[in-house]
Formats: sequence, structure tokens, C-alpha cells
Amino acid sequence: MSHFLYSLIGLAAGVCFILALKGLSTPKTARRGNIIGAIGATIATLVVFFYAQEGESLPLNNFGWIIGAIAVGVVIGVPAARKVQMTQMPQLVALFNGVGGGAAALVAIVEYLHLGDTANTAEVIATVFTVIVGCVSFSGSIITFLKLQELMTTRPVVFPGGRFVIAGTLAATLAAAVWVVIELGTNPLMILAALSLLFGILFVLPVGGADVPIVISLLNAFTGLTVAASGYVLDSTLLIIAGTLVGASGTILTRLMAEAMGRSLFGTLFGAFTAKPQEASGAAEERPVRSGSPDDVAILLNYARRVVIVPGFGLAVAQAQHTVRELADLMLAKGIDVAYGIHPVAGRMPGHMNVLLAEANVPYDQLAEMDEVNPTFGQTDVAIVIGANDVVNPAAQTTPGCPIYGMPILEVSNAANIIFLKRSMRPGFAGIENELLYDPKTMLLFGDAKASLTKVVSALKNL
Amino acid sequence: MEPIAIISIFVLAVFVGFEVVSKVSSTLHTPLMSGANAIHGVILVGAIIVADHSSTNLELGLAVAAIILATINMVGGFVVTDRMLEMFKPKKGGEKK
Repeated sequence: MSHFLYSLIGLAAGVCFILALKGLSTPKTARRGNIIGAIGATIATLVVFFYAQEGESLPLNNFGWIIGAIAVGVVIGVPAARKVQMTQMPQLVALFNGVGGGAAALVAIVEYLHLGDTANTAEVIATVFTVIVGCVSFSGSIITFLKLQELMTTRPVVFPGGRFVIAGTLAATLAAAVWVVIELGTNPLMILAALSLLFGILFVLPVGGADVPIVISLLNAFTGLTVAASGYVLDSTLLIIAGTLVGASGTILTRLMAEAMGRSLFGTLFGAFTAKPQEASGAAEERPVRSGSPDDVAILLNYARRVVIVPGFGLAVAQAQHTVRELADLMLAKGIDVAYGIHPVAGRMPGHMNVLLAEANVPYDQLAEMDEVNPTFGQTDVAIVIGANDVVNPAAQTTPGCPIYGMPILEVSNAANIIFLKRSMRPGFAGIENELLYDPKTMLLFGDAKASLTKVVSALKNL
Repeated sequence: MEPIAIISIFVLAVFVGFEVVSKVSSTLHTPLMSGANAIHGVILVGAIIVADHSSTNLELGLAVAAIILATINMVGGFVVTDRMLEMFKPKKGGEKK
């Protein structure tokens, strides 16, 4: 195959990726967009097997190894993607992003070993960039995975002098980068990779649980840029186009997500260092709360005219989506006006809750976005908060310096009655006490969300 | 390739990337991120190229690892995105219990 044809097919794959991102931006065309992206990736992968790189011949060297490795990747990747619970999908995306970053770093290292002394300075700089950012993306993504999977604390991890350690590691990493460019050796490159991995860990540790999706999106954009840099070293236009597209769209997406959460990117990454330490509110747990029975809840609902359901991650964890739909249908049958108030970051990621409710066949027109539903809380008789906490926490509006300050919330406190379905008094993902729980018009229904809702449904049926 | 050609491709791709996703409802943020994530799995192409010209066992070993990781990223990424988007497809005759 001529170089021209090879490049032309690569360009076609690049166009597929543009159409894919375009398609993914609109609900109607999203699924088709994803498939177009997959087709582009398949074309790009197949065509490599039919083009002899400079100084090489066909079939590719190490052909068996290449096919075997692809098979292993498919065998690991596809079942993981198919079997994952929808609630755990954000951490899987984080993991996929991490391995992509790792792959880019490895490609850069191999190419560096291969080029040896023949590499020109521009190529070495691109390699160094890929190794640093790829390694940061890899180790950072692993930490976000551990946080989302709750294998480690979801709170910001800050240790004394942390900011100096991070600054020191960054300085050492940059020094190692300069060293690699000047010395051109394998050992400096390995040290650079190790320092970058360490920096990735330190960089993500101080980020609080609720901000993790923003970091995943940022690391996703980073990985895109490493792919573009690899494209430069490997003289592949396709990799430059694809990597740059992801880098640019990922950056915009990160900003959009941060805006939806009312956070600045800077605040997300460095907030833990500038925020005042949280006063430990040990006395808080002693305060009285009003808890009710499923029957109390059913009675309250039976005489309501308008009810807003605020679902959170706890709903998904309890797999209570179907039960909540049953409750909503029952209320609708009784002539009660029902809407779901969806916070942009309900769940673990923007749009996550929409996916989870759609899975339970909740009609799309009952889902109201935050801006739509907030003005209506004044006319709402009952707001039912199911397994959500941070997204309704008034501290976001009233307590400057708290980790979620400035995040737009669902203003359920304007409703005449508030019902919280919770497993315990434990604070939400961001680890902040919620004043609303102690509000006199709040009723708490403790227990597993699914079990509680089932009881409420049967109590309401009997009324 | 000419450096200016590379820079041109890079700059134009940046603008295309900005443009295509500038207006997205928050509902689609997660699938879009996941889809973009799958797209950077094309680093698989790079991994295959370096595996092709690996001359030592170390190089080949690292290249094979890169291929495995990149394949997981790409194939897994597209499959999981499709699963997310499957939820958005229009319901056929709203089945109700």
C-alpha cells in the first residue's frame, strides 16, 4: 500500500472521530456517533497491517505477538464493559482512561529505546511529554478508581506539608525531563517515568470525592494530548488528529462539568489546600431528628398535590430505580403531580442519574433538570430525597469554605415537607454534615432505599 | 512530515475539537467523556507500529503490554459507551407493570 493511500485511509478514520464526537453531543444521534467512532478505530487498526513502515516489510514483524496481545485486550476489555453494573460505570471509565495513558507512555518508551541516539531533539521532547503525561494519567486514574470504588477514603487526602511535597515532586519531574533531553539515556527515562507516576498519585489524592469526575475528564484530555505527541514521534497523522480532538474536546468538557457543579477547575484541584480545615462537629450526631415510619410517609404523600422526587446515588446503590418508578406511577394514578428533580451531577458523574433512571424505564418527560425544578419547590408539598445528600445540602449556599460551597443545589428546603430516605446519619460522598436533616419540616425514613420504598408503596396502596 | 504541516493539523484539530462539543446538555457529559476516552484508544495503532519495529525482547515486551492496554481502552471504551447510550433509545410502547 502506498504511503498516500495509507494516509488517506487514516484521514477517513480521523473524520469518523470528528463525526463521532459531533454525534455524541446530541441525544438522538449519540448512539450512532459512538458506532461511527468504533468504525473509525477499526479502520485505523486494520490498515496498519497492510502498510510497510519505513525500513520494514510486510507482514509485520512479531505478527503473532501483536494479534495475541490484541486478543488478550479484547478478552479483558469486552467482558469488563459488558458486565459492569451501571452504578460502577464511572470507575470503569476512569480505569479505561488510565490504561490508555499507560499505553501511550509505553509506546513512547519503546520508541525512545528504538531510536536511541538517532532521535532528534523535537522527538525527544515529544517523548518526554508523552512519558510524563501518560504516567500521570495512568497513576492518577488508578487513584480516582480507588476513590470511586470506595477502596480508599473519598475525602481529600492532605498531609502536613503536602503542597511542598507535590511542588517538590513536580520540580524533580521537570528536572528529570531536562536531564533526559540532554543526556539521552535509558536510566534517566526510567527515573522520569517513576517520578511522573508518583506525581500522578500526589496530584489526585487531595481531590475530594465529589470532584473526582472532573479529574477523570481532565486526565482523559491529558491522555488525548499524549496520543497526539506519540503521533508526532511515530509520524502518524491519524494519531495527531485523534489525540488532539480528544485533548481539545476533553478540555471543553472538563470546563462544562466544572461549571455544572459550580466549581472552578483550580478550586477542584487545589481546593483542599486553600480550604479552611473542617470543624469536627462531634455534637451534631447528638441533635434530635424526626424519623417516621413508611405509613407516615404514605399519608403525607396521599394528601399531597405535588411531589418532587430527588434521586441520588444511594437510590442506584440500593437498585431501587424500579421501585421508585412504581411509587411515582401509583401517585400519578391518584392524581398527584410527580416530577423527578435531577441534579446535573446526581450519581457519580454528570448525566449518570439520567442513565440509571432510563434503565428503569422512567419516562423522559418526568425528568426535570435543576433549573426547571428549582422555582417549583415553593408550590411543592413533599420533596422526597432518596439516597442523595450533597446535592440538596444548603451548606453549598450558606457555608463559605466548605468543600461544596458554590455548587448549585436543588432547593428542596422551599418545599412544604421534606422526606429523606437514608441508610444512616452518615454524611454524603463529600463528607459534609447536612443541616437540612435537622430541619423541623424534615422527616427521616431510615433503612435500605428499596425496602423502605416497597413498604411506602404498599402502605400507599392501602390508603 | 514538515513541521508546519504538523502544527497546522494540530491547531485545526484543536478548533474542531472545541467546536464539536461546545453545546452539550449535562445528560450527555458522561457518555461523551466515555466516547472520547474510547477514541484515544487508537494509540493501539502506535503500539502496533512500535511492536513491528521492536528489535530487543525488552522493546517487544513493553510493546505487547502497550497493545493489551490500548486494546482494553479502545474496545472496552466503545462497548461501555454503547451500553450507556442504549438506555436513551426511544421506548417501544411504554411497557408498564
